Amino acid sequence: MRASATAAIVLRQLYLLRGSPTRLLPMVAWVAIDIVLWGFITRYLGALAGPRVNLVASILGAVLLWDFLGRVMQGVTTAFFEDVWSRNFLNIFATPLTIADYLGGLVLTGVGTSLMGLIVMLTLATSVFGLSFFAYGAAIAPFLMVLFVTGISLGVLGAAIVLRLGPASEWLIWPIPSLLSPFAGVFYPLAVLPGWMQAIGRALPPSYVFESMRAIVKGHAAPAGSMAFAVGLSLIYLLLACWVFARVYRFAIRTGLIARYSAETAN
Amino acid sequence: MQPVLAVTGLCKTFGATRAVDDVSFEVKPGEIVGLVGPNGAGKTTTISMVMGVLAPTAGDVSIDGCDIGRRRSQALAQTNFAAAYAPLPGNLTVEQNLRVFGMIYGVRDLTARIDELVGEYDLAPFRKTKTGVLSSGEQTRVTLAKAMLNRPKLLLLDEPTASIDPATARRIRRHIVDVAEKAGAGVLWTSHNMYEVAEVCDRVLFLSRGRILLSGDPAQLVAEHRASSLEDLFVTVANEALNPEAAAAS
Repeated sequence: MRASATAAIVLRQLYLLRGSPTRLLPMVAWVAIDIVLWGFITRYLGALAGPRVNLVASILGAVLLWDFLGRVMQGVTTAFFEDVWSRNFLNIFATPLTIADYLGGLVLTGVGTSLMGLIVMLTLATSVFGLSFFAYGAAIAPFLMVLFVTGISLGVLGAAIVLRLGPASEWLIWPIPSLLSPFAGVFYPLAVLPGWMQAIGRALPPSYVFESMRAIVKGHAAPAGSMAFAVGLSLIYLLLACWVFARVYRFAIRTGLIARYSAETAN
Repeated sequence: MQPVLAVTGLCKTFGATRAVDDVSFEVKPGEIVGLVGPNGAGKTTTISMVMGVLAPTAGDVSIDGCDIGRRRSQALAQTNFAAAYAPLPGNLTVEQNLRVFGMIYGVRDLTARIDELVGEYDLAPFRKTKTGVLSSGEQTRVTLAKAMLNRPKLLLLDEPTASIDPATARRIRRHIVDVAEKAGAGVLWTSHNMYEVAEVCDRVLFLSRGRILLSGDPAQLVAEHRASSLEDLFVTVANEALNPEAAAAS
């Protein structure tokens, strides 16, 4: 990976963000709305449930962590979509840029934009609704790592899907986090799901994060074994997503998809 | 002298269609080679394979001795391109576009190089302007400036002056000839403007239905085939290639 080529991909996104407030706003606005909405829902449910139940840590914390995964994924895919929207593939891929350079740039962009969202969410959730990441103890580090790596994997996979199927398929990518959330047990234990949904949930690294989070809120220790498994699983998915992207890229080079991508003749 | 571009037995098929059929040619340092032919002849498919955005079905492309299939990054680092159908992102300014692509190509002293190119292509007034709001001629100049960023050994130009006024087109042609003569860059140039091809190209390749039908010095080809001009020769060759029976009857 060449640092200057990867930095160029990041710089391009920085230029776009600097020159367009409409790109900056959604990065913070939607997550802020989510936190406000779920913050008040949590407060209301907390009043019904009584002081013995810590709904802030289990529900609002879950919303925040799940939104973080979504922001990471969107950070990667949006950076890729910028090349789709500006019909830039020919310019980009007829250069010495490697797949590693390009994906590295998309991932770094995802890191930056998701951190912005995380800071806004955390500030709101802490200052207005009293959520503290300290409630999760040291486990917060693997929680964020698993969600971050999974978000990156989903973003890279989404980019591969759009590269393969054409620009219109971007509408398949945006709802991916919503599609996965029922299986990942964001708000409830996997045990309440039917067997087939549990099986899918167990294959999703974030489900271990939310199971561990609920264990901590109940006063138990975070299950180190299952978190280590989730970290390993998320890294495997990241490698798989990069492999899929590289395969699709080679397919696009073989079939001429990149050369005629803007014509939307993806087939 | 090692060619900057060596194309050997290049083929590309899309299903049953042979878009490029056993094409071989070389471009030497300092040489400008015109690739001409009717629409659908395979010019852009050939250039796409040389640019590395399309894999050949068979054959090899070597840029400055680097096989593009095996050493893609090293090969593409020696080249650059400008094409009428590949404008730079319109949501970045001229300077931002040049900086981003300069970094991708790993250009040293990038700020100085951008200053130089902005001057050479009369882009100073538009330096901070978003590329998308420029006229098509101005955008072409930005694309050409991008193509010169890394001082390529092989310059690929697909109808580079298609949307430029005659005066600017003439200046750009002179500039590219200068780049070939002084910097020793090889240039592969496609155009439908036969006067332009006759003016700048040392050698021309006539492509039709994916095959090279004729190649040689433009003036010599015109003389050998007793045509009145390169355009006349082009029309004759294209008609013969596309409608061989009708051409024979006439």
